[in-house]
Amino acid sequence: MLAYNSEENLSGSQNRRITWDGCSVLLDINDGDRVLFARLTAGSKIKIGDKNCSLQPLIGCPFGSSFQVEVGAGGPFLAPMIPNAEGNGLSEKTDDQTMEECRDNRALVDNNTAQSLTGEDIDGMRRKGATGDEIVQALIANSATFEKKTAFSQEKYRIKKQKKYAPRVLLRRPFARSICEAYFKKHAEKIGFLRVDTLSLLLSLANVTAHSNVLVFDMLDGIVTGSVAERMGGTGYVCNPHCGTTPLPISIVRMFNFSDETCKRILHASLTELQPSTGENSTSDDQLVDECNIKEQQNKDTLSSSAKDMVNMEENSTANMDTDNNVAASPKSAKTVKAGEKAPPETIKHWNENGFSSLIIAAPNLDAWDVAKDLVPLLAYSAPFVIYHQYLQPLATCMHNLQSNKMAINLQVSEPWLREYQVLPSRTHPHMQMSSSGGYLLSGTRISSSDQN
Amino acid sequence: MLPTDSTKTLSFKRCIMEGGLVIVYERHDVMKAVKLSEKGVLQNRFGMFKHSDWIGKPFGSKIFSSRGGFIYLLAPTPELWTLVLSHRTQILYIADISFVVMYLEIVPGCVVLESGTGSGSLSTSLARAVAPNGQVYTFDFHEQRAASAREDFERTGLSSLVTVGVRDIQGDGFPDEFSARADSVFLDLPQPWLAIPSAAKVLQQDGVLCSFSPCIEQVQRSCEMLTSSFTDIRTFEILLQTYEVREGHLPSWQDGDGILASLKGCKKRPHPTNERGNSRPQTVLAR
Repeated sequence: MLAYNSEENLSGSQNRRITWDGCSVLLDINDGDRVLFARLTAGSKIKIGDKNCSLQPLIGCPFGSSFQVEVGAGGPFLAPMIPNAEGNGLSEKTDDQTMEECRDNRALVDNNTAQSLTGEDIDGMRRKGATGDEIVQALIANSATFEKKTAFSQEKYRIKKQKKYAPRVLLRRPFARSICEAYFKKHAEKIGFLRVDTLSLLLSLANVTAHSNVLVFDMLDGIVTGSVAERMGGTGYVCNPHCGTTPLPISIVRMFNFSDETCKRILHASLTELQPSTGENSTSDDQLVDECNIKEQQNKDTLSSSAKDMVNMEENSTANMDTDNNVAASPKSAKTVKAGEKAPPETIKHWNENGFSSLIIAAPNLDAWDVAKDLVPLLAYSAPFVIYHQYLQPLATCMHNLQSNKMAINLQVSEPWLREYQVLPSRTHPHMQMSSSGGYLLSGTRISSSDQN
Repeated sequence: MLPTDSTKTLSFKRCIMEGGLVIVYERHDVMKAVKLSEKGVLQNRFGMFKHSDWIGKPFGSKIFSSRGGFIYLLAPTPELWTLVLSHRTQILYIADISFVVMYLEIVPGCVVLESGTGSGSLSTSLARAVAPNGQVYTFDFHEQRAASAREDFERTGLSSLVTVGVRDIQGDGFPDEFSARADSVFLDLPQPWLAIPSAAKVLQQDGVLCSFSPCIEQVQRSCEMLTSSFTDIRTFEILLQTYEVREGHLPSWQDGDGILASLKGCKKRPHPTNERGNSRPQTVLAR
């Protein structure tokens, strides 16, 4: 049974809370230790530690369900976990820890002799059908130093053993924030080091909402395009402009589970098509084409590498998939509408006549002003724009130029700062590692450069 | 403030109307919201401006006063609204607002519950995120503030998206009618842990809760309460640093006069025209 939140089909499939065959999911292994994307099909598998488990049990389950790796007669498999039992266990432990902790590590010697169970013993237990939790209990029981440890240390030990012998998988919906976090943690360079809070600011500062016409120059493989489309819920348009003839890759958009309606509103168009014909001499057009060809050459390097790396991010080893299953699955899951089609002429005309309602530029390897000078004029007046860059100086220069050319007001260069905390009784502190920079943003509002009264 | 259909999207063709709301921009830190009326007049340091002159002009227009000063008329957005709204309580600003909307995973069509409403700063952005077919139900225990919020949502054209209720969420929880209906819940209360069990009841499976607290003790108590019905509990601190950008000249250390002038702190001059002599190279500086 699929549960829809709204009567209209506007965003129905985006709010599906139960997985389906062919959907894209985010798998969180061991509480954030490892996060990867997968496509759920009957034949897809996941490798955890040294075990290969089929993802088939995850189809038809609600997002937010947890699974634990168990070893059964047919090999390792993912067993659904009952949420309640887990929750109660944890709260009992916290009661113990609010008492004063008087143990410490003065008598503990780290010489690898504390654990009396060997690897063979554990294998033996598995063969006899012991669950992961039972193995963890046995390890605790056979540890000579366990009782001498502090309560915090005991919990850390227990969690460490559980992650190895009974790993857990949390099934999550892919959403702008989880996709961005996963990429930032593992392959930040592929999304130009765009951190989640920076992405969230891009969406707000650009006033992304339903029925908008958003111009998005996205060199981050589509993560910005996808996030913008997500906020528009199948209305309005997202246009990816490009110089020359080749649109930029937006493969990350595939991970969002977008409906056909949303996909057909993600379009691309060339810069020359978007610029209203001024009736000027054709030499300026040639100049533009030359500039664009140069940019295209620069882009080619980033283009080919990001397409390749996309495959690495989706770790559900397609190599393991049965090719027959693969072929059978594809007609079902093949979308009739693909995101990123060419914008039809009547849509381009609509944009020319009305201007875009906002602009986002995410091109951390290009000069900000170089891009802005061509794209800001495509905006309607009073439309907001935001430019993301990895470095501060290009944005400062761009801001200065926009000001002196009287193209924009309300200009601001900002840098978001984000710190995550571990919050546990008597163990609250910031995370040991923190990202020092999520990039810089230049935001502003377009105005007409000619003085009119 | 928000386009209810594609004809209302900001464009060259959409013009300022009588009874409409504009943001009057004088400087980046001096702005105010003005509702146009036929006989309305705006007085400020630049002179006098008649509302009737604005009607029919596109948003983003530059308007001159009789004295020659000027202002810009901007289309309202939730960001601009946060900067101009009247503070009845401490409000959330853009960095927190953006982060919250992102983590609550709000998309068009969602049902979002919020308490307390406060001055409606976040509520305006929540409305933007759920538009055009979602709904924000926001609650405040203070009757007058709830009424002021309702007025603001009328003024900004958001009343079809935001419903304000007067209720003590800490004491009484969310109304039962919302059971398992909410996609996201946001709490900005002095004792959020008291509201967490009720939040868990109104949220759908895999729904998201966010609680905003200024003090670490509140955060700790809230996290403890969350462990029984929530997973993936995370705590963040977010700030936004702004940079000052100006054009300047950093003198060479061999230029004695230049160094003395920089010690005195020269005022920013307009970009020099390069007619006479050698103008010093100007660089754009950011800090």
